[in-house]
Amino acid sequence: MRVGRRARPLRHVTFTIGLVITLALVATAAVSLVYTPRDPLEMSITGRLQGPTAGHPLGTDQFGRDLLSRIMAGAVSSIMVGVIAVGIGMGIGVVFGMLSGYFGGWLDEGFMRLMDAVQGFPAILSALLMAAVFRPSLAITMVAIGVAFLPVFARLTRASFLEFRDRDFVLAARALGAGDGALIGRHILPNTLPPLIVQATISFPVAILAEAALSYLGLGTQPPHPSWGLMLKEAQAFLGADPWFAIFPGTAIASTVLGFNLLGDGLRDLLDPKVPG
Amino acid sequence: MAALVVTLFFVSVLVFVVIRVLPGDAALIILGTEGSPEAAALLRRAMGLDRPFAVQYLEWIARAVAGDLGRSIQYDVPVASLILSRMSVTLPLTLLAAGLMVATAIPLGVFAATRHRRWGDYLAMILSQLGVAVPGFWAGLLLVLLFSVRLGWVQAGGFDGWGQGVWPALRSLLLPAAALGFFQFAVLARTTRSAVLEVLREEFVKTARAKGLAEGAVLFRHALRNAMIPVITVAGIQLGQLMAGSIVLETVFYLPGLGRLAIGAISARDLPVVQGVVLFVASMIVLINVAVDVLYGFLDPRIRYE
Repeated sequence: MRVGRRARPLRHVTFTIGLVITLALVATAAVSLVYTPRDPLEMSITGRLQGPTAGHPLGTDQFGRDLLSRIMAGAVSSIMVGVIAVGIGMGIGVVFGMLSGYFGGWLDEGFMRLMDAVQGFPAILSALLMAAVFRPSLAITMVAIGVAFLPVFARLTRASFLEFRDRDFVLAARALGAGDGALIGRHILPNTLPPLIVQATISFPVAILAEAALSYLGLGTQPPHPSWGLMLKEAQAFLGADPWFAIFPGTAIASTVLGFNLLGDGLRDLLDPKVPG
Repeated sequence: MAALVVTLFFVSVLVFVVIRVLPGDAALIILGTEGSPEAAALLRRAMGLDRPFAVQYLEWIARAVAGDLGRSIQYDVPVASLILSRMSVTLPLTLLAAGLMVATAIPLGVFAATRHRRWGDYLAMILSQLGVAVPGFWAGLLLVLLFSVRLGWVQAGGFDGWGQGVWPALRSLLLPAAALGFFQFAVLARTTRSAVLEVLREEFVKTARAKGLAEGAVLFRHALRNAMIPVITVAGIQLGQLMAGSIVLETVFYLPGLGRLAIGAISARDLPVVQGVVLFVASMIVLINVAVDVLYGFLDPRIRYE
């Protein structure tokens, strides 16, 4: 049985396809840090808006920059936004959920109403608000996306804390003299991790989609830095002249999101045997 | 009700803090770098920025509740009337997208459930995976590429207003609504599928089948009706997402809605407009979420709110 269990993850089709796509993305991003076929920022006035050619397998953009190199470099910003935005949402959301679930009472009530309010601010709204006050930038994008993730992480953590707060092992630890800090951090928190990990995997592609949309609107990554969403914004003016310019960056976004979603679904099935496939 | 008031209070505080407290000086943001210190001081006094934050907040929120969101710096008209006029684009767009979403998702979800673990099911689920992965604005660009650049059937964007008649107006909203709705259907389709699957396992479905009811009647009269509760909940939550999504699609199709208003206001440093639009949309989303909760209680008598 034990051997069978260990072999199970790779036999799970969804999980395996997701893992392969995700690894390919991470590998692309890693390679782009040391090598891209051309300099992603190098312009060439004569080679503007070429479709795919031997020299530029995915063609060039309106400044003659190599699209393949720019899409490779764009993978780095996408991954970075995903990691940081999910980190912000999870880091702060878990603290809210922890305090809410453990202490209950008016604190819980207040925090949960605050989370209801935060739910009224999808990433795009927070980004609009902050871009009006500060300059539009990648940092604002990451914070806006992270804030949008707060409620889901807070609610998940709260639910787990409510579930474990009165379990025997917690009561036993308390009887042995463990304080609130030790009970929260050492005894309850580790038990809440599996659903949080699944949620982080699910949130990651959402962050990538949000960054693409915000950069498309001009609120995220700023030129000349390569970002998939920004490339689509630039491509829109040249849809008639060079449709490939709009097709490749979009394909990069869609396949990345697909990969992470499959990975997340697979992971959820593997971690939670109760969910039917 | 009390919870709703508290939540809306938090919404307004969040908007207020970001606009008035975080940046330090709203007057300098509006005037930009070319503003003189005297002009900044005048504007600060005119906007009441020299008073304590709590006083400023109370005054601002009292006016907002009465429908006064301030005046646009760029257009010199009340922000509330700007929002109302732009809603004539954003609201129909959101509703049309929601209609397309429901019309695609529910049949697909039911179809997948009835073909559980067979080819039809897998095909439907692959479709919905693609739907989640394709960003709405890219779908919009692809639709423009196909229908206006290649085939020349429709114009690539723009909106002439409802004055030209209902049909031309709806026609300019159709492509953006399709991009928004068809590609949001995925979550709802999956919800429908698992809700129907769940109900099909129940005893009363077995009874219905045992008494010789046709499969269609079992499905629509018994299963689907009981599966509607989670479906309506998710559809409600998606409605808020669609509203946020329409902000992006308005830019793809050059539609003069709330989103374009807000994005234009950012480059014009028109803070009252951004503040008004964000406060309005966030409150709408919160209200939709609460409405969904209440509706949930009505639909499922097992759930009661005290």
